[in-house]
Amino acid sequence: MSTSSKLRSWRGLGPAVFSLAAAALLAGGAVCAAPASAAADSAPGKFAGVGRAATPAEVAAWDIDVRPDFNGSFGESNEVFTPIAGGTTADDIKTGRVAALAGNTQPQRTTLMKVSTVSTLWDYVHRAMPWDAPKSLSTDEVYSVVAYILNLGEIVPSDFELSDKNIAEVQALMPNRNGMTTDHGMWRVDGKPDTRNTACMKDCVKEVKISSRLPDYARNAHGDIAAQNRVIGPVRGADTLGPPLAGKAGENAGPVRAHAWSTLALADAAKPGGAPGAEAPAAGAPAGAAAPDLAGARIVSATTCAGCHAVDRKMVGPGYRDIAAKYKDQAGAGEMLIQKIRKGGAGAWGPIPMPPNPAISDTDLKTVVDWILSGAPAAN
Amino acid sequence: MASPTRTGRLQRAPENFISPELAGDIARHGLDEARRGFLRNSFKAAGAALAAGAGTAAWAQNAAGAGDQMILEPRPWTTSLGKPVAAAPYGMPSRFEANLQRRESPGLTRVSAASVAFAPLQGFFGIITPNGLHFERHHQGWFDVDPSQHRFMVNGMVKQPRVYTMDDLMRLPSVSRIHFIECGANTGPEWGNAAVPTVQYTHGMLSCCEFTGVPLSVLLDDCGADLVKGKYVLAEGADGSSMTRTIPMEMALDDVMVAWGMNGEMLRPENGYPLRLVVPGVQGVSWVKWLRRIEVGDQPWNAKDETIHYVDLMPGGLHRQYTSIQECKSVITTPSGGQVLLDKGFYNVSGLAWSGRGKIKQVDVSFDGGRNWRTARLETPVLSKSLTRFNIDWTWDGSPVILQSRAMDETGYVQPRYGQLREVRGSRSIYHNNAIQSWKVAESGEVSNVHVE
Repeated sequence: MSTSSKLRSWRGLGPAVFSLAAAALLAGGAVCAAPASAAADSAPGKFAGVGRAATPAEVAAWDIDVRPDFNGSFGESNEVFTPIAGGTTADDIKTGRVAALAGNTQPQRTTLMKVSTVSTLWDYVHRAMPWDAPKSLSTDEVYSVVAYILNLGEIVPSDFELSDKNIAEVQALMPNRNGMTTDHGMWRVDGKPDTRNTACMKDCVKEVKISSRLPDYARNAHGDIAAQNRVIGPVRGADTLGPPLAGKAGENAGPVRAHAWSTLALADAAKPGGAPGAEAPAAGAPAGAAAPDLAGARIVSATTCAGCHAVDRKMVGPGYRDIAAKYKDQAGAGEMLIQKIRKGGAGAWGPIPMPPNPAISDTDLKTVVDWILSGAPAAN
Repeated sequence: MASPTRTGRLQRAPENFISPELAGDIARHGLDEARRGFLRNSFKAAGAALAAGAGTAAWAQNAAGAGDQMILEPRPWTTSLGKPVAAAPYGMPSRFEANLQRRESPGLTRVSAASVAFAPLQGFFGIITPNGLHFERHHQGWFDVDPSQHRFMVNGMVKQPRVYTMDDLMRLPSVSRIHFIECGANTGPEWGNAAVPTVQYTHGMLSCCEFTGVPLSVLLDDCGADLVKGKYVLAEGADGSSMTRTIPMEMALDDVMVAWGMNGEMLRPENGYPLRLVVPGVQGVSWVKWLRRIEVGDQPWNAKDETIHYVDLMPGGLHRQYTSIQECKSVITTPSGGQVLLDKGFYNVSGLAWSGRGKIKQVDVSFDGGRNWRTARLETPVLSKSLTRFNIDWTWDGSPVILQSRAMDETGYVQPRYGQLREVRGSRSIYHNNAIQSWKVAESGEVSNVHVE
């Protein structure tokens, strides 16, 4: 909670935004156990032999939070990929309220439209960025990134030097600094609710009006719902890859039951109630002899690869099928890709660098590359 | 077909109709009369199933002729040797249950490391969520943290900042309590319109477990927390996002737990192994996973997940911060969206109700879109800040109907209709949608997600 003496200023558009070297160290370095029991306990707790005093160095290492009152050492990711800047105006900087939020004139809410305190921006970058190597930025680099974001939002000029000395002045320019409220009943358990419905039991509404229903085109957006429901019991899942059912429920029961059973894709599935004995394939294993080899797909979906790459589209990095299309006929492509994944690289697919991946085993790496170059087949 | 009575040699049976155990037994010991009997019955059973024809019906009632072949002809599992103990050292569900899995909602998020896997509420019974089907929400991916390297620290406005290992924490006096956990964004896609097809996606960021751990108040006391000036605590995770959330001190001292146990075993890695915070009644983001630190302070922190994410946009353009309490809510899980009723007649309509403010007092169910309501049975146990299972008898006459459930908690608060909620909060809030859910049942038996104002 004390202000660090390590703080320095940094020019807004500094050159080294991402520290790849630091990222590599973080990704590959082994972490050793802390020598916890060795520390002398000058202040025993209430349970004999349980816990010990934290050392000042330990507290400093973990106590990284920064509050809006700048109490702390300066320095979601679900929306990492939504724009950070945009949607704010010079007027917003004057008023401290982002006008677009009231007018619903923006397709999405950027970080700068929401964040009320610059301390939070600093803390966010410091604790959680970059995406695949959090906490790898130096204090200077964190300032640099924050200043860069503020400049994108036209809150500070491009030559602005952000530091612990002037960050409080920047707070007075944050476009949504007056845009938050805690005036609601959901912070405390005894808070006052917004609505007052009653437990009416009879003739409660005059007319039942359906205001929204799932559009027909969305029927298959979540795949076959029959394959997401139990195959016994009072109901089955609907076959949402086909059209909605017509007729009466009793007439549909046979086909509905049969389709539901077929979704299990068991060896003996064609004979519901048939004798047991044939074991189901292990979870996640490919069904049927002709199925493509998906071992590579399973590795990439279970590792950090999934943080930046998808099978069939560009995310942070290129899609696996785009990689396959580019390199599949190229001699030595396999070895080249193995080296590229192992050591990282930049430039082949745009400005965002590929970090090195020292942790993946040679066997897994070869499996992944073989899978990519086979066209990156997916399970379905 | 081979005739087992004429030859003593075992021939290859079609399509594995004989269990491996029986085949092995016969191979080892040859055929005698008893084993011939087993074998005959296996073939008869298989023949009966084939005769029933593709697509029909081992499940259906069939009393034609002398009766149901499933009764008249002994089943193979009745007439052969089963598997030994510990064949599956960690038991898994039947292969016939494979459809019930955690699933992502396509298009909801860009990357799976910062996403949601929804729990299949449509298949659950009672109130306890099986550990392997507990919903998942990660902000920067998950790890299987080495518990020997995990440390937990308490610092800030305390007499003595302290460090605990897992060995330390698990020696302390523990409690076990059943609580629901619901993401603040549960039902979020539905604020504007009906958007997703099933209860898994409308309500599946919801789970309920028996958690075991030490009350946070014990640890705050052990460190000499300043309870006069210390008004809040900050919880912080050990993952890459180092999730931080502010919790008011009165909650921290009431029923918040530092937990390692989940339904009788350790937490699953996806749910914070080896240590997570349990904040009963409060949205899931505050239940910080891979918990590494609690700091005592005199002000809220305005953390990234308190001003950039997890803020509720109101119609005037203000964002509400620290919207934490999960208000009273319920949903019918059987029958529910995407399911098909197989015929008219009797059904046990079943669902879940919960409140972040205490116990569920009453659940009413409507079969006519909210005109008239009947009170459902609450199944025991009915616990504070836990899921409560409700059931109600229903005989469907085959005509189109709209099913709804409406819960009331012990404070007297009644779950709102969509119109009531949108009147105050608009439709862009994302978080804290606890409106009454409507399921439309068509004559065809198909159930679909609709909104009724």
